[in-house]
Amino acid sequence: MDWLNDEVLRTILATLDATLRVSTPLILCAMAGLFSERSGVIDIGLEGKMLAAAFAAGSLAALTGSAWLALLAAIGVGVAMALVHAFACVTHRGNQVVSGLAINVLASGLTVVLGIAWFRQGGQTPSLPSEARFMPLQLPLADTLASVPVLGPLYRDVISGHNLLVYIALTIVPLTWWIVYRTRFGLRLRAVGENPLAVDTAGISVARLRYSAVLICGALCGVAGCYLAIAQNAAFVREMTAGQGYIALAAMIFGKWRPLPAMIACLMFGFLDAVAIRLQGIELPVIGEVPVQLIQALPYILTVVLLAGFIGRAVAPKAIGVPFSKER
Amino acid sequence: MNTSTVELPDWLEIVVIPLLNIILALFCAGLIILAIGENPIEAVGIMLKGAFGYDEAVGYTLYYTTNFIFTGLAVAIAFHANLFNIGGEGQAYFAGLGIALVVLTLDQYLPALLLIPLAIAAAALFGSLWAFIPAWLQAYRGSHIVITTIMFNFIAASLMVYLLVNVLIQPGSMSPETREFATTAWLPFMHEFLALFGVTVTRTPLNLSFFLALLCCLITWIYIWKTRWGYALRTAGQSEAAAVYAGIKPKRIIITAMCLSGALAGLVAVNELMGVHHRLLLNFTAGYGFTGIAVSLMGRNHPVGIILASLLFGILYQGGAELAFELPKITREMVVAIQGLIILFSGALALMLRPWVVRVYLLMRPSAINAAAS
Repeated sequence: MDWLNDEVLRTILATLDATLRVSTPLILCAMAGLFSERSGVIDIGLEGKMLAAAFAAGSLAALTGSAWLALLAAIGVGVAMALVHAFACVTHRGNQVVSGLAINVLASGLTVVLGIAWFRQGGQTPSLPSEARFMPLQLPLADTLASVPVLGPLYRDVISGHNLLVYIALTIVPLTWWIVYRTRFGLRLRAVGENPLAVDTAGISVARLRYSAVLICGALCGVAGCYLAIAQNAAFVREMTAGQGYIALAAMIFGKWRPLPAMIACLMFGFLDAVAIRLQGIELPVIGEVPVQLIQALPYILTVVLLAGFIGRAVAPKAIGVPFSKER
Repeated sequence: MNTSTVELPDWLEIVVIPLLNIILALFCAGLIILAIGENPIEAVGIMLKGAFGYDEAVGYTLYYTTNFIFTGLAVAIAFHANLFNIGGEGQAYFAGLGIALVVLTLDQYLPALLLIPLAIAAAALFGSLWAFIPAWLQAYRGSHIVITTIMFNFIAASLMVYLLVNVLIQPGSMSPETREFATTAWLPFMHEFLALFGVTVTRTPLNLSFFLALLCCLITWIYIWKTRWGYALRTAGQSEAAAVYAGIKPKRIIITAMCLSGALAGLVAVNELMGVHHRLLLNFTAGYGFTGIAVSLMGRNHPVGIILASLLFGILYQGGAELAFELPKITREMVVAIQGLIILFSGALALMLRPWVVRVYLLMRPSAINAAAS
């Protein structure tokens, strides 16, 4: 194990640690999108909901100094925007893609306008002291176990030392799996995404199911936004989501609309991101220098290739994108 | 009662309902301005003055309008085939590469009369190429065009950064831009063009691609409503089954519609690169591709509507700049927020007001109830 000297090990651990940090908002958003899309409502508005929620969290944490109030506000804003989406797509049977796009554009404009009007810092919210943020938590026994070979450092440097929202994101995944596959609500949710008419015939309200799915999606986007603004960073910065909502959407599709594969896709995309930063300007043996832009574009390229059916087949819920109308 | 089956006269469907939607969107925008402590009425005044008050402003307004006509038409032509091209941004960006390749290789050899048409063709070709791949994937591999075109926007962005930083950058320069195009590749500015006829106007970025945009409107209108290809496109858009029955090949329609759409979006690069910047630079598309979606929805996918909607967005962009200057609390991003509201009300909630309009209409014309019942 000579090659595994301290330097290499430390780099690997640091990269994995960064992977988990950048994957967290992706995981939350991917689970969010999963709820909405499994119910048959396309959601390209993850990005906008996350951005608006991040702004809400950053503002409220700056004003009140409370991370918990900020989380609540972020969830509230995420749900409110999801409500607009549901109102347009379910109640008025509008075009779901158009509605999602409207949310993205609206959030992108409104966060900057309000940010500059309220805080006058060029669209940024004031920097937060650590009391107003979710700070890293040391998991029990992290230092005691550190002497255990491989697993010890892995536990101390990768698993431990993240903030609460990272652990919440990681628990949301099995929770989502359990809700979608093991509860009555989940069964109905999957049914309404495949065949809403059957659900309607069984006397269950399609609209109510889709509303709840879309609102859950909004709440999870809210947590993701909160993470960006007050856990990963110490303030809201304009356009801070920077396409992560779309990467999460790609990851969800990559995971074929299933929770665990979607999480793995998020971790993979997060890993690519973490590696891209490390590889900047480094010559690799054989391949030479890999352009950072290629690694950054890889999630999108992989998703296109997957959707085209060249690696496996990603089949969307059957009724996705089709508004349900009771009267025929 | 079920109002969706009641037929309304054209003027209600085409003029009144869209207008009500826009008014609703602008009303919400007014509420936002009110919320940040400014007077919306005053803001509208400043905006109009900023967009039309002096002839430099008019030039800028029409320069923005040009971009929106291109991207609006691009989205509209895809909409008629029941396709949602959300990738205008990436197609326009990639089209810039086409212009740069043609101009940078040939501008020392060719006269303007040959080079300009060639570069415009390259823009259209590269734009349609970037739309062709998602179209082919949708037609023959069944992937969802919305997702693929979104992904292609990001891929184009990464590709262009790579090319500009590593390959096309002017040697010795720090900023990721190509060298300046030779003047033979410049589209004449409007002030230069009008000076030929003895009309003097102020120098603005407005250039001859404005006429190209109007020409595209005319061609698009003829294509969609006056040719058999346009008929096939609309038929396939309305009902794939009917199209197949009529001997139309839907797959071919998907590809044609998207290629035309991409070509139109690509012409934004003509206005920006050959008309104004005279070099290829990062992010010259500046969101025009996305605005095209709002423009198309607002203009109900018709060239006349698109010209009007583009003009409105031109006013918002140019007037918005003036507004940000006059009222420090309002920033240019207000325009983006308004754009979002218009996409919401004219697009996703386009039918929200219809039941109310139907009710009012039936109150005024009780005789229509019988017609609706039968």
